[in-house]
Amino acid sequence: MYNDKVLEHFKNPHNVGEMENPDGYAEVGSSECGDTMKMYLRVDDNIITDIKYKTYGCCAAIASSSIATDMAKGRTIEEAEAMTKSDIIKELGGLPEKKIHCSLMAEDALKAAINDYKSRK
Amino acid sequence: MGIYLDHAATTYTDERVLEAMLPYFKDVFGNASSAHGYGQEAERGVGIARQQVADAIGAKRDEVYFTSGGTESDNWAIKGAAEAAKKGHIVTSAVEHHAVLDTCKYLETRGFDVTYLPADGSGLISADSVAGAIRDDTVLVSIMFANNEVGTLMPIREIGQIARARGVLFHTDAVQAIGHVPIDVDALGIDMLSLSAHKFYGPKGAGALYIRHGTGIAKFMHGGAQEKDMRASTLNTPGIVGLGAAIELAAAEREQNNAHEAVLAKRLRDGLLALPMTKLNGHETSRLPGNVNITFRGIEGEALMIHLDLEGIAVSTGSACTSGSTSPSYVLLAMGLSTVDARAAIRFTVGRGNTAQDIDTVIEKTKNVAERLREISPLFAQYKGDKKYV
Repeated sequence: MYNDKVLEHFKNPHNVGEMENPDGYAEVGSSECGDTMKMYLRVDDNIITDIKYKTYGCCAAIASSSIATDMAKGRTIEEAEAMTKSDIIKELGGLPEKKIHCSLMAEDALKAAINDYKSRK
Repeated sequence: MGIYLDHAATTYTDERVLEAMLPYFKDVFGNASSAHGYGQEAERGVGIARQQVADAIGAKRDEVYFTSGGTESDNWAIKGAAEAAKKGHIVTSAVEHHAVLDTCKYLETRGFDVTYLPADGSGLISADSVAGAIRDDTVLVSIMFANNEVGTLMPIREIGQIARARGVLFHTDAVQAIGHVPIDVDALGIDMLSLSAHKFYGPKGAGALYIRHGTGIAKFMHGGAQEKDMRASTLNTPGIVGLGAAIELAAAEREQNNAHEAVLAKRLRDGLLALPMTKLNGHETSRLPGNVNITFRGIEGEALMIHLDLEGIAVSTGSACTSGSTSPSYVLLAMGLSTVDARAAIRFTVGRGNTAQDIDTVIEKTKNVAERLREISPLFAQYKGDKKYV
């Protein structure tokens, strides 16, 4: 059902955790399946230097969270903002059709956390 | 080797069953409908199997009709009874297998009225609710013998009595129960019963529908005159012979198998319920011996299932047929679980081949995986401070 890259990120997800005094924070939920994600950003000179999250969700949701945060780390705010779920899915090497929506939450959380960062400036 | 704890989805084929089937692929390959020696030899095997099925459920031999499995048997029983009645009302429950639910939903589009009885918190359908739902135009009651997700055993004897007293046909989907519960169709007042071989160490693709003499039911497949001209199609002789052998073994070894499963299931249940924030789904005592359905709060069921699979342990979230879909189990929702608790449920179903060592390994691995997933889960932190979830 899932490819090896998805399973690897699911088994050993990167960037899991919380952050004290983040520069950007968001909590999002998927109305479709009840998944929940909290995302924390550390931003220095317009670059995402650290990123943490906690995710409640299926294998696809957890793997998407892991890879999306890997992808966003080290990027500028503008670059991270431009990331879409298709980029996340592509980086994962694909997801089953029924699980495509699970990757949406990682994109939503990232965008929401960036908006929060911008609103604090 | 892995550890298989998904026996409610399917079982392996018993070696003795396989032995009984093998000649019917090559040496005894005749068409059981043929009048020559090849055909008649195959027909003898079918006749023995029909008697074995009849004996296992207290039926007469000519009341047993072979089908391709549980889904076909359910479809035939319900559509066949509806077609014979032409119009009317059907009573079933919200926790039936999709083979029953979706057939009833289809019949609603053909002008039939259907009542889907609610289950209580343990998954039980009360006999009183069946009695209350039967109307003057009710033509069929279809209530499962045991639920496939939580293993809850339904009050079939009481429901059978009620249906009989009101003159309504009673069908039961006994696919999960047949290998575990002694069934006598006369004593229980059952008019039609669905069963499938692969749930009790028989082959896939072989099932039967018991139809009591005198039951008004339309034929299901049109074509040849097989199965007393009620279900056309060349008989699947290896499958049928396997079904017969499997049901005879299941009946002969039932007590021993049930005792084995019950001991292991108790060990598993106690071990998993000792983990924090877990709860048992289904009935405390009135359930299939091998079924352990547990909600692990704060964890998503599929994530836990895939993790265990990576460790070589096969379990199920909700029912096997619905995995891959994003909606939580309709059975657990019908029992009143919240969406989050329903999505956090895992079904472990113990079988003949499992050992105490298997169970201890599964408890240990589940504990580790649950802890890891809870570290990732934002819900767990919310639950931690809340006494009602501990």
